[in-house]
Formats: sequence, C-alpha cells, structure tokens
Amino acid sequence: MSNATTVPAETAAQPKLYDCRIAYAQALEEMAAGDARVCAVINDSLSSANLKNFKAHYPERFVNVGIAEQNMVGVGCGLANGGMVPYVCGAACFLTGRATEQVKVDLGYSKSNVRLCGMSPGMAYGQLGPTHHSIEDQAWMRVIPNLTVIVPCDPIETAAVMHYSLHHVGPMFLRIARMPVPQLLDPGYKFQLGKAVVMREGNDVTIATNGVLVWRALEAADKLAARGIQARVLNMSSVKPLDTEAILDAARTTRGIVTAEEGLAAGGLGGAIAEVLALHHPAPMRILGLPDVFAPTGNIEFLLNHFRLNADGMEAAALELVK
Amino acid sequence: MSDAGKDENFVRSQIDTLRLQANWIRLSAMTMTHRARLGHTGGDLSASDILSVLYLGGILNIDPARPQWPARDRFILSKGHCSAAFYSVLARRGFFPEAQLRTHMEPLSMLNGHPDRNKLPGVEANTGPLGHGLPIAVGAALAARMRGESWRAFVLTGDGELQEGSNWEAAMTAQHYNLDNLVVIVDRNRIQQGDFTENTLRMEPLADRWRSFGFAVVEIDGHDHAALLEQFNNLPAEPGKPTCIIAHTIKGKGVSFAENKPAWHHGVPTREQLDAAQKELGVEVTW
Repeated sequence: MSNATTVPAETAAQPKLYDCRIAYAQALEEMAAGDARVCAVINDSLSSANLKNFKAHYPERFVNVGIAEQNMVGVGCGLANGGMVPYVCGAACFLTGRATEQVKVDLGYSKSNVRLCGMSPGMAYGQLGPTHHSIEDQAWMRVIPNLTVIVPCDPIETAAVMHYSLHHVGPMFLRIARMPVPQLLDPGYKFQLGKAVVMREGNDVTIATNGVLVWRALEAADKLAARGIQARVLNMSSVKPLDTEAILDAARTTRGIVTAEEGLAAGGLGGAIAEVLALHHPAPMRILGLPDVFAPTGNIEFLLNHFRLNADGMEAAALELVK
Repeated sequence: MSDAGKDENFVRSQIDTLRLQANWIRLSAMTMTHRARLGHTGGDLSASDILSVLYLGGILNIDPARPQWPARDRFILSKGHCSAAFYSVLARRGFFPEAQLRTHMEPLSMLNGHPDRNKLPGVEANTGPLGHGLPIAVGAALAARMRGESWRAFVLTGDGELQEGSNWEAAMTAQHYNLDNLVVIVDRNRIQQGDFTENTLRMEPLADRWRSFGFAVVEIDGHDHAALLEQFNNLPAEPGKPTCIIAHTIKGKGVSFAENKPAWHHGVPTREQLDAAQKELGVEVTW
C-alpha cells in the first residue's frame, strides 16, 4: 500500500469538479505525441470517448469501427499483434457486455497489449436506464485471467494510470468516470499497480472503495471523525491485481471493512476483498453496491443516494462495524 | 528446351511437391486426431491444400527462425478447430520439430486443441470461438498501414463460421479503410458441425455478399494448387480493395470415406481408417 498526499479539503461547500474523460484524453494525446505506437479505436464514440482532439491530431492512428464492439476488441488485438499500443474506447456497458468473449479470448487468453477504456461506467448514464448502466463490469472483467482492472478515483489518478498503461505488458481494463469528481490526489501522484492508496489514515474501521465513490468515502470519514471514529480510507483503484496486504492489514488493525462500489454488490470489488478475507483473515464486512437489482429511473446523484452509495450509507455501514 | 519450358517444368514439379505436402498434412492431422481421439478431420482435410500453398509454396513472407519478426505477413487461422492441419504445416515449415506433433492434446502439451500463440511459435492469434479471426486480421492490416509497412494479413475462415456477425462487422471496417493488404480465404466446404451449411443457414449467394461488402471476390477450386498459387501471387485481387478468396473445397478431401459427410466434421479415424487413408493419400508420416 502507498500513502497519498491528499489535497487539503476545500473550504468551499462545493469543490471544483472534473470529468475524468478530459484527463484521460489529454494523457492519450500526450502519449501519442511521444510514442508512434499509440493509437485509438472507437465504436462511433467520438464524443463519449472525448477523442475529437486525438482524431484531429492523429487521424492516421485513429480507427472508428462504427457501432461494432466485438469487431472493435478484435481489431485492437490485431493492432497489438502488429506492434501498436491500441486504446479501445467505448461506453463501458457495451464494451464489456457486447464483447465479453473477445475480451476473454483476444485479450486475456492471448495476453494482448490492448487497453480497454470503459467510458462512463457504473450508473453514469443515469436516466438512460439499466441498458446503459455498467454495473457488472468490475465483476466480469476481474475474473478474466491476465486482465488488469483499474478504477481511478479522480483526474490525477486517471492521467497517472493512462501514462502507466503505455508500458504495461498485457491487457488492461480502465474504468474512466464521466461523473464529475474533485481532485483528490496530489499532482505528483504516481500510480503503483497492485497497491491500495491510503487516502485517510485511521485504525477504527476501514472503508475500501474506488472510482467516483472515493470522494464520498472521504466525506464519510469526515462524518465518522466528528463522532470520534477514525476511518481508514483505502482507494482500491487496482482491482486486479488487488493489494491483499493492505486488505489484510486493515482486517488486522481495524474493526472491519466497508466496501463500496458503483455497481453490483456481487462479484466486484467487495467480492474480491471478501475472497481475500474469507481465505486469510475473516473479518466483519459490509459490501455496499446494487443488491441484485437493476436501477430505477433517476439521475446519477439520485441513484447513488437511492442505493446509499453515499457518505451517509458508508457512515452507517461503518457504524455497524464499530458498535 | 526453352526457358518457358523450364519454368513450366519447375512450376509442375512445385505443384507436385505441394500436392504431396498437402497430403502429408492430411495424414499427419488424421494421425494426430486418431491418437488424441479428438479433432476435426473434415475441416483439416478441406484446408490442407490452402495451408500447403500458403506456407510451403512461398506465399507467406515469414521466417521460422524469427517468428516475431515485426515485418512478417500475419496468417490467422480463424477456424481454430482445424489445429491439427495447422500445427502440421507449421512443423513442416520449421516453426517447431515435427516430433512435437506427437504431443497434440496430451496433458500440458503446447499443442492445445485450439492454437495458443503464447505456447507455439508461428501462431498469431488464439482462436477457437468462431468469428474472431477476421476482426484480428483487420486490426493487423490497419497496424501495417499505420506503421507504413508492406506486410499483409491473411485469415482463413470456415464457411459456417460466417454466420457469426462479428465477421460482417469486420468486413465493413475492411471496406471502409480500403484494406487491400487484407486477404480473407473462405474454406467453402459447405458443411458445418450439424449439417450442410445450406440446410442450416443459407450462405448463398456468398460471393455476392462479400462483393456487396466491398471486397474483390475470387472463386477458385481450393484443391487446385496451381490456381491457388496463381491467385496468391496476384494480390490484391483489385487495388484498393480487400480480397476475399472463396476456396471451393470438399470437406474430408482426399480420403474417400470422409469426403462430403457432415459426420466427419469431428469424426475420429480408427486405426483401420487411418491405414486406408494412408493408402489413398500415398504419403507416410514418420514423426
């Protein structure tokens, strides 16, 4: 596990918020400028993948396969075979759902150097409904052998993961958030594969989460601190490989672990952590996520609150563990 | 004798050699299937002539001593279930010792039932589920273009395999990007696992379908080595277009009891059938 220097809490009620797709696209352009192998593949997702600038600057390294996700992932595999480093970018729901077998065979089994960028994951598409929600992706992707799964928490980590990915060997799935989040990490942050990031120290209880929920976990930790409870907040951006040491340390030194993810409670980050605990150090847990249901109609803020994937929900779960 | 006559003799002897090599691939594949009691004899036999011409007829620009040479032509066996024929031709071409064919499908063998590029030199893609090879080949052809290199991407598909929609997604991409460094070869043996293709899900008019997807389409006898050589030496079939070669073949070709019978899609030869096949094929497998 590594310690992060977090940016001091904003004094204003509402911190400045960022769409992580901007950081991802900027990083991709920077990488393309320095490395002729970098290319992008999209499925008519020019806007949603935020690659208009990339296309303008590197048209010869930009492939739009149209609305065809199975083909898109296979094309990525072929580009990697041909010596390129393809970033295959599309809405996470279609990329992971429509092309699961291609991800399994063409990338995971084949160990292809392809980076999947799952855009607007979780319930980011809000009112568009469960067809457009990607609540299964952490569970689906993390069980595919050889596939690295990363869920960055803010624009700094998104850019850091992108830059890391250029030299990673093997396939990766990166979950790129659309839902705005504040900057949580110091600009000098270096991504370390397989390392949890300690966002907040604490020895009473642990909140382990990733992506857009890290911000909310820090808020939950503030609320718990007001009650005299010191919550450790672990940013589990590296879902696979998972930082088992950080999890076991949390199990040993705090009174339990609350996990929270923007997706199904089954099979994802919470499931991964539960597997580690069950095998090595059983400890009290609460797994927050969607409880085997598809979401009702509502915008993302409404839905996160509806499923208690917010500071109140994490605080309540933590209180159950420390009482 | 005129130079033209010499050339003709050379070509004739090359074709005779390729025919023997193809029959060796057939018998090697059947031997592997017999030993493993598992395999896909019919498709191995329909594709053997195509594989022999590509790998042993000097078509693919590859180097077994440098299987990862960046500028090599890519060949992707999309019909990955025909691995026995594929492994046989790779061994014949020198990617690994023929003796290794004895390990086919044995525990911990590098020769899985479907090819694994991380285990065996010469394999470009892990295939088995159908409809994966063409998108990968399209990606490889795009990579050659992005890198400004002249190598080509070949993909051999089954015909029943074309029922998978991913092929047609990839075909549209190939057309849109004018990938004339892409060559699709369809092993048109007219039989899929359960029945004849036309009884299962009509494939015809197959050539028109490829044409309408923007490919330059050539139909040839997939067992005619001279025709295969000539076509493969004249690629692309039309400048600026991806090529589709529909190779009309006979499933189980070369072994009379297996020819054109759906049951031989994954039929496994008995010892007696293997002996009978050897007599018909006129070659010997010594590995």
